[in-house]
Amino acid sequence: MNDIFGFSALDLSRFQFATTSIFHYFFVPFTVGFSLIVATLQTIAYRTKDPQIENLTRFFGHLFFINFAVGVVTGIVQEFQFGMNWQGFSNFVGNIFGVPLALEVLMAFFLESTFLGLWWFGRGKIPRWATLASIWIVALGTSISAYWIIIANAWMQHPVGFEIKGGRAVLTDFWAVMTNPKALEWFAHIWTGSVTVGAFFVLAVSAYHLRRGHQVQAFRTSFRVAALAAALGSLGVVLAGHEQGQSAVRDQPMKYAAFSALWNTPEGDSMPESLVALPSNALRENRFEITVPYVGSFLAFNNFHEKAKGLNELQAEYEAKYGPGNYVPYVWPVYWAFRVMVGLGGVMLLVSLWTLWQWRRGKEAQLGLLYPVLLAMPLAPHLANFSGWIATEMGRQPWIVQGLLRTSDAVSSLNPLWVLLSLAAFWAIYLLLLGLDFYLLTKTARAGMHEPEVQAPSIPAPHYLPGGTD
Amino acid sequence: MLGLDLPTVWLFVIGLTFTVYFFLDGFTFGTGLLQPFIARNERERRAMIGTVGPFWAANEVWIILGAGAIFAAFPLWYGTLMTSLYPAFTLILLSLIGRGVAFEYRAEVDNRRWRLFWDVTAFICNLLPAFLWGYILANMVRGLPIGASGRYEGGVSDTLSLFTVLGGLASLGMFVLHGATFALLRLDTGGPLYARARRAALSWGAVATVLVLGFVYLGFVGEGLFATPGLSEWLFPVGAALNLALIWLALTWRRDGLAFFATGLTLAFSTATVFVSLFPNVLPSTLGAAYNLTLANSASEPYTLRLLSYASLIFLPLIVGYQGWNFWVFRQRVSSRDDAEQTGELVYGQEGGHAGGNHTASGH
Repeated sequence: MNDIFGFSALDLSRFQFATTSIFHYFFVPFTVGFSLIVATLQTIAYRTKDPQIENLTRFFGHLFFINFAVGVVTGIVQEFQFGMNWQGFSNFVGNIFGVPLALEVLMAFFLESTFLGLWWFGRGKIPRWATLASIWIVALGTSISAYWIIIANAWMQHPVGFEIKGGRAVLTDFWAVMTNPKALEWFAHIWTGSVTVGAFFVLAVSAYHLRRGHQVQAFRTSFRVAALAAALGSLGVVLAGHEQGQSAVRDQPMKYAAFSALWNTPEGDSMPESLVALPSNALRENRFEITVPYVGSFLAFNNFHEKAKGLNELQAEYEAKYGPGNYVPYVWPVYWAFRVMVGLGGVMLLVSLWTLWQWRRGKEAQLGLLYPVLLAMPLAPHLANFSGWIATEMGRQPWIVQGLLRTSDAVSSLNPLWVLLSLAAFWAIYLLLLGLDFYLLTKTARAGMHEPEVQAPSIPAPHYLPGGTD
Repeated sequence: MLGLDLPTVWLFVIGLTFTVYFFLDGFTFGTGLLQPFIARNERERRAMIGTVGPFWAANEVWIILGAGAIFAAFPLWYGTLMTSLYPAFTLILLSLIGRGVAFEYRAEVDNRRWRLFWDVTAFICNLLPAFLWGYILANMVRGLPIGASGRYEGGVSDTLSLFTVLGGLASLGMFVLHGATFALLRLDTGGPLYARARRAALSWGAVATVLVLGFVYLGFVGEGLFATPGLSEWLFPVGAALNLALIWLALTWRRDGLAFFATGLTLAFSTATVFVSLFPNVLPSTLGAAYNLTLANSASEPYTLRLLSYASLIFLPLIVGYQGWNFWVFRQRVSSRDDAEQTGELVYGQEGGHAGGNHTASGH
């Protein structure tokens, strides 16, 4: 296929998929984590019957709605793109990959989209318990959705329960796909990561209003719920991430070596850990590096003697196994994205502990230096997610399905002009949406709570006539 | 499963899913397209949006299910169809984004130009898919220049013909009509908006009749399509024609429920015609029958299809149940008159606290 401005349909399709996925992933974990917090607040409101907390739930619910809209509509793009840009991929994996995708729709999307409306507009039309149940069903739906899509993604990283038949991967054991060990670790990581996205957002909004003395009792409640969620989420995401690193050494060694910029298998009796490096794919080594002895072995294997294989050894092994080709991912972005993610995980954990300590001292409204930190913190989990996905998805190139299908064999035979145009359109619309979402979230968050009848529903409420159907 | 041929069952399920999707999202497109023509002030515009407000998000999920089902059950069909009609699907995706966000964001800022921006966006984003779905289905039945292993060998011009454009116009006309009959069920019967929606339904009924019958005629005579096996050859298109007559009668008799039922049935018959006429192919090739994507050569393995069948048997009844309950909860008609807020219902307000009853927000 001919190129356009030097880009092939493959280059453009990869860039488009990265764009739409990363953008979609600003909204999805927010929805997963935030819905849990809103459901918790709704439960407190249900039990205490406190109108202030009910109002607080509406306030955060409105923010939830603003975000939910973009998450849903950008999700449709994700599904269609597999067929539109990745015909080879869809045909190769459809037997397997299509199943969790279909289950995600059947088990999660219908639940979320139906019950969110019932929760928001249904007050006064359905019983109180049903309103409470509705928001929990929404929260449950978002988590079910996360599970199935991680099952699908993990299969691409670590294929299980299949055989190759007629040039396609066909399913032989769905239970193996559902319990893919890679997927379970991964789910723990992205789910706790999602909790941090929601928690740090609610913390920032609550801290903002507490400092100004707005509805102190109500915002103290959301502050505490979010502080707990932030601490548990940060701890969980760090622990699960550590587990994932240790399993990557075993089943995606090339990716692990790229995370660590480890070109050659270490010669000594243990593996050092790289602190800072300037990796170069051209030279097949690091231009500059600072390492700490023993730490690498400890992080990867919990001991002081085992060593991971280096990129150059793995390249030789893969050439012997899969034939000639380049199997080394682009190390520079993988290495640094991994480090940014890990660093932010540490920052999130420290800040959440600091927040708990302030709560213990009863100083939620006088946070001092913590206040500006908390206002900036909503960005941290988003950046960590962004860099985490860059590290894990670039780290497995050139494979789209590890060891089975190369990205270059998966792309559709498309006119690159059409891909360039769609890419430009997605960029334009997504940037606009990002700006609008940010504007509306900050505007609504700063406006604070109103009386219940004034707290704006984001879909205009229809003016129902009193009485029956007519 | 039950002695049935699983790929055939799944073609049926996919056809049914698309039918439900066109039935449900069709009236969202339709009410959205009618809004600028029949709503004359802010309160009426909000009433038109309110007719679909609590439903549109769950309605839209049916296309995610339809696409997911093709992906899982017929992977080769999925990639080939979407790659071949890449520009059309791109426009549909962009439109669904624009429409969804317009629904959610329109009321977020109390500013006339802000709302105008979203009204224009919503109109364009309802117009494009309403046309493109018919165009896509017409291309599916007519066939696409597909070569070996589902590779698309044509350009955009190969997808454009009188038949496919008429297919798009027919779906556009039907969706507008369907939206009009839905609005008749949802709007307060005493208001002027209801009267205008009724007039729109009558005139669009005539337009849609001409377009749909023209499309069916061209399909039969011009393209030699819909040559489905056995007796069903005439059944669906004739059914569609009878239904169009029924819609017109129902509107004249002022039976709103019947009219809506009949527009829905026309959509169902039209969609069924497309899927039945595909059988036993799923996507014919215009380059030769050897390249046709058939049920046999594009379906997933029986193990995958069985899993999908069990999952659908469990979850589809649940989905129909709770989505139906959602329609029941919000069954009350929507008022477009100025006295509505005095009923104490939730009124939209944001800046300044209570813009909902604010007459300055009205266009007139």
